[in-house]
Amino acid sequence: MSPVMTVRVAFKALGRNKMRTALTMLGMIIGVAAVITLVAMGNGAQSAIEDQIKGAGTNMITVNAGNASSGGVRGGLGTSSTLTEADAEAIRQEVPGAEYVAAGVQIQTQVIAGNQNWFTRVQGTDVDLPLIRSWATRTGSFFAAEDVRSASKVAVLGKTVSDTLFGAEADPVGQIIRIRNQPFRVIGVMAPKGQSGMGPDMDDQILTPYTTVMKKLLGSTSIRDVTISATSATETTAVADRIAVLLRGRHNLAPGQDDDFTVRTAEEIADIRTQAMGTMTALLAGIAGVSLVVGGIGIMNIMLVSVTERTREIGLRMAIGAKGRDVLLQFLVEAVTLSVIGGGIGVALGFGVAAGMSRWMSWPAVVPANAVGLAVGFAGAVGVFFGFYPAQKAARLDPIEALRFE
Amino acid sequence: MTPPVPVIDVRDLIKTYRVGDIDVRALRGVSLSIAHGDFVAITGPSGSGKSTLMHILGCLDRPTSGQYLLDGQDVSRMSRDQLAEVRNKKIGFVFQGFNLLSRTTALDNVELPMLYSGQSLSGAARRRRALDALEAVGLSARADHKPNQLSGGQQQRVAIARALVTNPSLLLADEPTGNLDTRTSIEVMGIFQRLNTERGISVLLITHEHDIAEYGTRVIGCRDGQVVRDQPVTTRRDAAHELTLLPPVDEV
Repeated sequence: MSPVMTVRVAFKALGRNKMRTALTMLGMIIGVAAVITLVAMGNGAQSAIEDQIKGAGTNMITVNAGNASSGGVRGGLGTSSTLTEADAEAIRQEVPGAEYVAAGVQIQTQVIAGNQNWFTRVQGTDVDLPLIRSWATRTGSFFAAEDVRSASKVAVLGKTVSDTLFGAEADPVGQIIRIRNQPFRVIGVMAPKGQSGMGPDMDDQILTPYTTVMKKLLGSTSIRDVTISATSATETTAVADRIAVLLRGRHNLAPGQDDDFTVRTAEEIADIRTQAMGTMTALLAGIAGVSLVVGGIGIMNIMLVSVTERTREIGLRMAIGAKGRDVLLQFLVEAVTLSVIGGGIGVALGFGVAAGMSRWMSWPAVVPANAVGLAVGFAGAVGVFFGFYPAQKAARLDPIEALRFE
Repeated sequence: MTPPVPVIDVRDLIKTYRVGDIDVRALRGVSLSIAHGDFVAITGPSGSGKSTLMHILGCLDRPTSGQYLLDGQDVSRMSRDQLAEVRNKKIGFVFQGFNLLSRTTALDNVELPMLYSGQSLSGAARRRRALDALEAVGLSARADHKPNQLSGGQQQRVAIARALVTNPSLLLADEPTGNLDTRTSIEVMGIFQRLNTERGISVLLITHEHDIAEYGTRVIGCRDGQVVRDQPVTTRRDAAHELTLLPPVDEV
């Protein structure tokens, strides 16, 4: 039988049982739509992270105390006390190409203003931070070098904190807030920055001199991290390398010994995040892929039922001249038609859901071009794989037995 | 001048089935010859081997031993696919249960064998030939009807048209009147007789009813896997004539 006729016969056969055809396709539709949607979501999140980090400045470098990859069980980044104020000062003085340097140390705590309170992050930092992040105050001003030197109890609020404690309309400059029972004077509110690609919500924090956090709130002598900006984006990697060399020397690390700090450029962090996101996406797509296999089993099931139901038809077709190959192809094409049309509808549905996510849930879902071809191709392969056994069963029927089948 | 090649020429056909540990000898050396234009009825009780003989003569099965020449071509050792091709080109089947595709028009049912013929006929050519075949059985007006809209007799006529459409050398009818009442049986036998005399198509009729067998020109009787009787029909029935004697009925 000609290929065109084979396809036409398959469509006719599927058309004879529309409900069953639709339900069988539904398995493929859901499977493919799930894969497309999840890949689109992962993909969108990935490029959003990339954009955010690149937007934050590719010349940024962070140094964290501790090293997650050093031998034995160690805490996460910033949990060991190997980084000091002097390290930060040394970077500022001795590393060529390090333009701005800000030491950092932070605590999570409850803050109180009047009868309002809020659990947030108190981020101790240096005067260079607004320059590194190109970040301005909305009202009031950032603290000065003098405040750092004297560890003054001054606070610059993130927008969320300000809104929560004082209301969206109010200007809290000059007000007093209490952090761990110590009064801090609000001297400014930062412009809204939003969720940072390189860390938590930048608006939900209080900025204060790092010296204040160390001496007044923590009573510690070490800092957690140093944020540095290189003079140019092209210099970033070189500056990061110089920082590592300097710190190894300052910490008296022998050659071969692991770093007790971690230096990362914005680019590296972006890579790590997008990689993690990519793994997550692959995992989710894999789980969604399982539903494709389930859809395939549905097709196989229905094709087996169909072969049994149509045994007499198969016998007749054989009696009037259908060869084994003709029968095999007929059922195989039916199975593939089910899976490919289901896959096609699934792609369309996936696109729809992805568009809906971007539009109403502000999740930047982007369907990658190759995912479409891949999903439809995979759907077709599922059809061939799960359709082959029933089709072969049909093709191997004995015409005499098949004609007698009741 | 050589004698004309018979349409069927079988010698010493033996067919043995193995059922469990027992060999069942369904055919025990059947030899017969059927000339072009013959109308032969094969009769016999169940278990006589007539079904097995029909399956082998219809190229649906192969003999354990013996030779079968169909139109001078040895088909007894052919592969499944080769047999499928022979069935498509040389044999037209008519079954007791009609075996039409449901929810498929009469025309599409009749076109079916041409889809497997290997010739690339255009859709229009297929349609014309199918309509011709329906015309030959007097059903061209019902070409667009589906089996469930046709009476049993009409369905069997569609099946005959389907058997006819590839211009086979042999029409093989397996109990074609088994599901039909007396009047439609006579109508159907009338079509076979007409095709046989007008077109010279050989007809091989398998039946266990002796009065149906008498529409043929020759009756072959089977018993216990052997041919026990092979003789011409002395007083042949004429379906067309019998129909004129029956009271007229409005066809549904």
